Parts: sequence; C-alpha cells; structure tokens
Amino acid sequence: MSDDSRLRSGEPLVGVVLVSHSAAVAASVADLARALVGGGATVPVAAAGGTRSGELGTSAELITAAARSVDRGAGVAVLTDLGSAVLTVKALLAEGDELPDGTRLVDAPFVEGAVAAVVTASTGAGLAAVEAAASEAYTYRKT
Amino acid sequence: MLDADFFRRWMTATAVSVGREAERLTALDSPIGDADHGSNLRRGFDAVADAVAKEVPETPGAVLVLAGSRLISTVGGASGPLYGTLLRRTGKALGDAAEVSPAQFTEALRVGVDAVMALGGAAPGDKTMIDALVPAVDALAESFAAARVAAEQGAVATTPLRARKGRASYLGERSIGHQDPGATSSALLIAALAETAGE
Repeated sequence: MSDDSRLRSGEPLVGVVLVSHSAAVAASVADLARALVGGGATVPVAAAGGTRSGELGTSAELITAAARSVDRGAGVAVLTDLGSAVLTVKALLAEGDELPDGTRLVDAPFVEGAVAAVVTASTGAGLAAVEAAASEAYTYRKT
Repeated sequence: MLDADFFRRWMTATAVSVGREAERLTALDSPIGDADHGSNLRRGFDAVADAVAKEVPETPGAVLVLAGSRLISTVGGASGPLYGTLLRRTGKALGDAAEVSPAQFTEALRVGVDAVMALGGAAPGDKTMIDALVPAVDALAESFAAARVAAEQGAVATTPLRARKGRASYLGERSIGHQDPGATSSALLIAALAETAGE
C-alpha cells in the first residue's frame, strides 16, 4: 500500500516515543517535531523523559506507558538520547513483554531523528520507512 | 543444592550490602560518572528485597527473573538495565527447577554475564562491571569464596584502566586512576553470594 492510500484508507499511523534523561528535553523535542509536521496527519508522539520522581534519568515505566499510549497497531518507533535511555529500551525489548508488539528502537540522532520520524509518520508511512528516515538523519553533515 | 530460599537470601544480602556501601559507590562514581550509582542501586535492590519478600517466588529462576525486572523498572540509570539483564537472563537460564547445583548456577550466571556484554557492548578490560563478573564466573567453578576474591580483585584492577564504555569513556585519560563503580558494585553482589553460601 502506498503512503497516500494508507492515509486515505484510514490505516493507523506509526507512533513515536522520545526517551531522554531529561523530561524537558523529551517534551521539547516532541513539541519541535510536532511543530515541523506542517499539514500532515497528527502523529501520536509521546515523551518519556527523566524518572518518575522528576529527576534526571530513565524510567522503564514511563517508557512503557508512552509506548502503549502511542500504539495504534502500526508499530512504535522509539528514539533515545544517551546511555541508560538506550540500555533501558534495549533491555525492555530483549527481556520483557511490556512494550507493544511492533515496538522498535531506532538508531538515529535524537533531535534530527525525531523530526524525521514524526514528519515521515505523518505521511502515513509504515514503521520501516519511519525508521529509515530517522536513521538517515545521521548522514546530514553540518560542516 | 541451591533452592529458592538461597536466592531470596542472596538478593536480601545484596540489598543490605549495597545500602551499607551506597555512599562509597556514589563517591567512586563522582569523579568519572554522574555520582548516582550508590543511590540508584540502593533504590533498585531495596525494591528487589521488598519484591522477593512479598511475592516469595518459588524457584531459583523465578527469584532472579523477578529481581531483574524490579531493577530494570526502578533504578533509573544504566545500572538498572545492566544488572536487570544479568539477573533475568541468569534466572531464565535456570529454568523452573526447584533446586540447582552450583555448577548449573555457574553456567547460568555465565549466560547472564554474556547478555550484559551483548547489551552494553563492553568486553573485559573496558573498565566496567564485566571486569569483576567475568573473573567471578571463572572462579565460581572452584568455590563461592574464590569467586568473591576474584570479583574483588577484578574491581580493584579496574583502577589503572582507561574507560571505554559509558559516561566515563568521555573522560579518556582522566578516567585512569579511579576504581570503576560498576565493577565495585558487582563485587558486592558476588560477595553477598559467598556470604549467603556461608563462605
């Protein structure tokens, strides 16, 4: 199914979860990505930043809740920043059954990858295309 | 043979030890990390001790799978998924036997340590928990006491190493001269194991 026909037929959109050590970073990057979508469909995006007590860190429970909240049945792309954010998502994917089926950790730069993922998802693209667009953000050089 | 009670006592002993040493772990984590290893791990193992006391899992494997799950969900730092994976994979490797031999446990722990290396990408000599755990598993074939000594020596031997994984790796040469906090807490885990075995 092409992206356009996917949208027209009301196929569910890919969800995006943004995991950062900082709640403010995760929420702001989510806002930025949503703002750059323009006229596309409204992508389910959730931020999972910091710990449940509001400190810097990573919360498996916040990640799981975020992934469930954006799961429409088309898969969930998870982008992370550093260290424990990456390791926690990997551990949840490898060890547990808490994350929805079709949840994938995307290897991408956090900010650029989030924008690429959300914009691509807004076109009705599937998970593989969303993942590819986010990863491709690594190839954009700044000098 | 080692039964579920042995593994529950191991987890409780680890919580006591991590609680006692939390300030030292955090102090070790200050120059080369983000100064939260002791408090993170104390929160995690306190949750583990609570969970095994309340749920009283009935097999060695179930104790470790529960403990690992609690660590992943409560720690909030990289040590959560790393220790969580260590215990869960070890627990899964033990299956649902009601009792396991020390040799079976040794092989299961090796599976757990391999999973930690796969998750974090660390190898021996990278100045991580692996530098205490790998020698401990090797020595476990001999005795729990030998594993304890091997883990402690492995932790001390991280001091001259340059960190190649985690936040400490950003410091490059400046990570040299500090004992690795993760290797130190791994030595506490193995020491608690030997203590539980009465060695």
